[in-house]
Amino acid sequence: MKSTLKLTLGLTSAMFASTAVSNVAQAEDLTLCWAAWDPANALVELSKDFTKETGIGMKFEFVPWTNYADRFLNELNSKGKLCDLIIGDSQWIGGSAENGHYVKLNDFFDKEKISMDDFVPATVVGYSEWPKNSPNYWALPAMGDVVGWTYRKDWFSKPELQKEFKEKYGWDLAAPTTFDQLKQIAEFFQKREIDGKTVYGASIYTERGSEGITMGAMDGLYSFGFKYENPDKPYEMDGFVNSEKSVKGLEFYKALYDCCTPPGASNSYMGEGVDAFKSGQVAMHMNFAFTWPGLQKDENVGGDKIGYFANPKGPDGDQFAQLGGQGISVVSYSDKQEAALKYIKWFANKDVQAKWWSLGGFSCLNAVVKDPGFPASQPYAQTFLDSMAIVKDFWAEPSYAPLLQASQKRFHDYVVAGQGSAKDALDGLVKDWTEVFQDDGKM
Amino acid sequence: MTEAGLTMLNRTADSVARATPEPLARKVRGISDKGLAWLFISPTILLLLAVNIFPLFWAIYLSFTNYRANRPNEVVRNVGLANYKRILGDQDIWIAMQTTAHFVFWTILLQTLIGFILAWLIDRKFRGHAFWTTIILVPMMLSPAVVGNFWRFLYEPQIGLFAYAISFATGIPATQIGMLSNVSLAPWSIVIVDTWMWTPYVMLICLAGLRSIPEYIYEAAEVDRASNWRQFWSITLPMALPFIMLAVLFRGIENFKMFDMVNLLTGGGPGSTTEVASITLKRQAFESWRTGYSSAFAIILFVAVFGLANIYVKALNKVKQR
Repeated sequence: MKSTLKLTLGLTSAMFASTAVSNVAQAEDLTLCWAAWDPANALVELSKDFTKETGIGMKFEFVPWTNYADRFLNELNSKGKLCDLIIGDSQWIGGSAENGHYVKLNDFFDKEKISMDDFVPATVVGYSEWPKNSPNYWALPAMGDVVGWTYRKDWFSKPELQKEFKEKYGWDLAAPTTFDQLKQIAEFFQKREIDGKTVYGASIYTERGSEGITMGAMDGLYSFGFKYENPDKPYEMDGFVNSEKSVKGLEFYKALYDCCTPPGASNSYMGEGVDAFKSGQVAMHMNFAFTWPGLQKDENVGGDKIGYFANPKGPDGDQFAQLGGQGISVVSYSDKQEAALKYIKWFANKDVQAKWWSLGGFSCLNAVVKDPGFPASQPYAQTFLDSMAIVKDFWAEPSYAPLLQASQKRFHDYVVAGQGSAKDALDGLVKDWTEVFQDDGKM
Repeated sequence: MTEAGLTMLNRTADSVARATPEPLARKVRGISDKGLAWLFISPTILLLLAVNIFPLFWAIYLSFTNYRANRPNEVVRNVGLANYKRILGDQDIWIAMQTTAHFVFWTILLQTLIGFILAWLIDRKFRGHAFWTTIILVPMMLSPAVVGNFWRFLYEPQIGLFAYAISFATGIPATQIGMLSNVSLAPWSIVIVDTWMWTPYVMLICLAGLRSIPEYIYEAAEVDRASNWRQFWSITLPMALPFIMLAVLFRGIENFKMFDMVNLLTGGGPGSTTEVASITLKRQAFESWRTGYSSAFAIILFVAVFGLANIYVKALNKVKQR
């Protein structure tokens, strides 16, 4: 009887102890929120090292891109405690800083000797600073990203196509360096029979619902001379957003959509672009750099068949590309801020960043990207570096959402639906954006 | 119930009554039947107040403010009727309302016409009519999310069966049939899908109406040598009209607030060609975060639907009384 009692007591204590231990472990677990995409899987792999080193478990909340902003902005706005760490989009930084969603990291960086000078400058401005170009940091640059292009190297190198192209356009068929060249190549491939299949010129961003067409059209607009505002007078947009050069840029993007995209590509963004390229439909493909590791590995279009180039130059030689990517922030409503800061400290480490790149993430640390071996480390590494050197970002104001919705509507109405002229669209955009800034009391 | 059963029930009731603590029993004894009824329905009423009535009044309050849900720290100001004025003067809102009206009109017209014809055919009770009724009802049983997604594939100009069928019939290359990307075709692509999915529903209601017409009326008409055409216009249509009007009411309300299908098929595009009011509302509320403004828009839509539905119900009652 005594032994049975002892056994029962022992088992009960063991069960209680194990529950308590597991509760402690759960209490220490950190939840990291991000988009559901390839780099997120790489981060899961990478974070296993953090758990090994610190004993802090990592949980992940990944949401598909289409719901990413809705889901996490709702979470932040309702002061939810789901996320301890968040990798938020670059345009959220203004709102998240001003509304107190993110913990300001300046003191932590000073204490831990993490210097923003060690990161690619464009990523610091784009992902960490608010107000822009001021030393106020709300995130650590986590995932560098930029819009660039992939092309079918195998098609470009077909001798019969090279010959025909040279005869028609007078220059060698190769990765374009200007938008004019890009359009000529796209026209050349449009509805061409290659290996018994009809192919098309290019896949570009045309999506209406979230941010797609803005992220795409801006790539043309920037290089044609578009500016968000008067550099000497903030928020003065008339004559900059709707300048003659901007109008030409938007007209070019529409011409590219009309002449050279696959049928039905009226609502195409990252996923649709990857599908079009992977299925061998298009000769060129505009997309964020994060898609490149996956495409490089693809059996049908990857390896030697794929090439990369940075967003081309505009008519005056200007060359810019739309910034993507995100920084990692500590959520101010989290009860585990100390552990979350530990993660950021660990993530900023050079070896961790090097492993991050090797797993398919895009490091923003100078020590990684400026390493002499970096350009040769992946076939797309040099294009990534070239592209990161020419980035521009959309408004990162607290009102970025209505600003984005306005451009989505104006661009889609003109480019895809063909309503009005480019000038009408950009004049309308100035009107919409002015209204937003007036509502905010900034004008 | 048998006597033994009743005795058992009484015994159980007695033992429950005895087990009830005296203070509680004293309170319960004092409750009238009416009080007891309120006690039973109060959870439902509380739930309704919490999830329906309170949000409605809260939305009315927000519609007079500049509140934005993504700026919890900002001071909320009363802006009076500014949101309402802005909405009523906003050209984009009127375009969205026109798009909605276009969508509601064509879907209701097609669904009523086809639904009634199908009901009339099914009512003939031909061999296998039960089987065909079940087949016709299938689209209605599917989830709108599933319907939206597979019609998107069907409409694909490169791989879609719909494009190929049209191409086969007309000789136009399938790649030129961009049902979702062409400005002229996109609104019709939604009308087609909604009609495909919801005509069976209208058919069911019409069928109920047709089956409610007593057989002896037709027999009397036969005796009077009324032609089939005359019987249809003088008996079938007038007697089925209240049912048809009911179906129109249900579909009208439903399509006025249509969101899922449009969102899945076109997302409001190309451009703003298919941007119905509910899509505009969603964009203002959850993408632009203009909570006060979108609350005002929601109230305007609510009043419009409520007002129109009330006028319609009055007309329906008049038809029923004839």
